[in-house]
Amino acid sequence: MVEGWAAAMPANAWNWIAVWRRNYLAWKKIAIAAILGNLADPLIYLFALGFGLGIMVGPVDGASYIAFLAAGMVAASAMTSATFETIYAAFGRMHSQRSWEAILCTQLTLGDIILGELAWAATKAFLAGTAIMVVASILGYTAWPSALYALPVVVLTGFAFASLAMVVMALAPSYDYFIFYQTLVLTPMLFLGGAVFPVSQLPSAFQQVGRFLPLAHSVDLLRPALLGRPGESVGLHIGALCVYTVLPFFLSAALLRRRLMP
Amino acid sequence: MSNIAIDLTGVSKSYDDKVVVDGLSFTVAAGECFGLLGPNGAGKSTITRMVLGMAPPDAGKITVLGMPVPARARLARGRIGVVPQFDNLEHAFTVRENLLVFGRYFGMSRSEIEAAIPTLLEFARLESKADARVNTLSGGMKRRLTLARALINDPQLLVLDEPTTGLDPHARHLIWERLRLLLARGKTIILTTHFMEEAERLCDRLCVLDGGRIIAEGRPHALIEEQIGCPVLEIYGGNPRELRALINPYAERIEVSGETVFCYASDPEQVRVQLRGRADLRVLQRPPNLEDVFLRLTGRDMEN
Ligand SMILES: Nc1ncnc2c1ncn2[C@@H]1O[C@H](COP(=O)(O)OP(=O)(O)OP(=O)(O)O)[C@@H](O)[C@H]1O
Ligand SMILES: [Mg+2]
Repeated sequence: MVEGWAAAMPANAWNWIAVWRRNYLAWKKIAIAAILGNLADPLIYLFALGFGLGIMVGPVDGASYIAFLAAGMVAASAMTSATFETIYAAFGRMHSQRSWEAILCTQLTLGDIILGELAWAATKAFLAGTAIMVVASILGYTAWPSALYALPVVVLTGFAFASLAMVVMALAPSYDYFIFYQTLVLTPMLFLGGAVFPVSQLPSAFQQVGRFLPLAHSVDLLRPALLGRPGESVGLHIGALCVYTVLPFFLSAALLRRRLMP
Repeated sequence: MSNIAIDLTGVSKSYDDKVVVDGLSFTVAAGECFGLLGPNGAGKSTITRMVLGMAPPDAGKITVLGMPVPARARLARGRIGVVPQFDNLEHAFTVRENLLVFGRYFGMSRSEIEAAIPTLLEFARLESKADARVNTLSGGMKRRLTLARALINDPQLLVLDEPTTGLDPHARHLIWERLRLLLARGKTIILTTHFMEEAERLCDRLCVLDGGRIIAEGRPHALIEEQIGCPVLEIYGGNPRELRALINPYAERIEVSGETVFCYASDPEQVRVQLRGRADLRVLQRPPNLEDVFLRLTGRDMEN
């Protein structure tokens, strides 16, 4: 079915921008509330855990606990904002608002829509991740200018988690199913991926699993950048995040084509 | 390009082993208004989705504006405007923003879209609502906005799936008038509807579908003549069974829909004589219309 694939793939390299701009226009109307909502949660974690636990745990991996945690919170907020944008907001546009159905009547393909939604979710992840970095920097917990390397990583993290969430969304009959993804996948990933404490604290079986998680790759890139240390296996981590972006993209395109163009 | 806008040949489509469109063939000429009529679930929306390349047929061949669909559906859609059965406007956006965002989906630049917007607003009689949010509009205004949105790319062909369902008579007449204007400008329209009056007024040709098959096709008046061809008496208020027995000998055909008896009689006077003095009945005599054709062809509680 070559024809079917053409409908599920982006038609060209720029069509997706129209979808991104549609979401940007909608977001602009509620930007203040959206930014505050996005920021509040990870910042509360950062300060509550950083100061509260920090007093008890002392330095971690040669940094203060709050500085150690900052990279984890940047990665985690990119993960949650890209995920939530996809499973709640994009799902709503596909399912109840029927925006996707309207777009499918135009010159855009399903692939253009998916790409536009991924780019938008990655943008939101970028906003959320950067905001935390800015706060952490103001308080002196990040190293400059190496923290700038974190910016593209946050975007890539956003793409990877948006892409994974797109598969979840393609399969979910309704909003009710997303809670399983949150509690069974995202929350454990926060701990297994080394966002909150070093993975070396975990039993070795968990460490093995943890190494493959997308969040772990993101944290392993972000933490050295924010702490001003040389990164290790940078190419491998970037490659892994790219795989987590590209494979789910194709899978979600195939699933959504069956769902929306039966 | 030929003067054929849509051509379906032997098109079939099943969902979960249920045949929804069954070996369907029809042709819509350029500039024509073609109606798809049929009861709920007859397959009308599925056909419109197939024409747009949004549902691949299991069998058969579809050509739209000279392009094979779904293979080149994206290209074809560039010259098609769509009014879907279910509202999918952007409710948080203003009228103007809806048009702007939609124009971008056709690769139009901001200046191109802004140049088109005043004409579209005027066409849809929404000039005063340009900056109103969609969720503050009435049902009729929303539908007119959907129609304006469908025109943003200056399409040759319009695919309208129940464009006036849920609208009050004023709103409906306004849409009909707008659609006639589009036909006068040479646009081609394929339209699904449950309003027989709508089909009768707008359509040059129509087909009645049931279970994914065409059960009648032709010009509205030819269909009425061919399927009915005699005056109709509508009788309300009596017991349909008893009435049927009473007037059966004088009628060509009798049909019961709910509590109304439709009596098709070339000599209605004879029937009226039978009913004379029945104060419980209300009898209305009228010329036949498309609704009679529809009831006849798709009638379920027909006994003869
Ligand atoms: N995606 C789908 N999956 C399964 N069945 C479907 C799907 N789409 C349509 N159908 C079935 O196909 C049949 C025809 O549906 P369709 O929407 O084309 O009818 P319609 O003539 O437009 O009806 P209505 O007048 O109610 O709009 C129905 O029985 C419907 O349940
Ligand atoms: Mg329908």
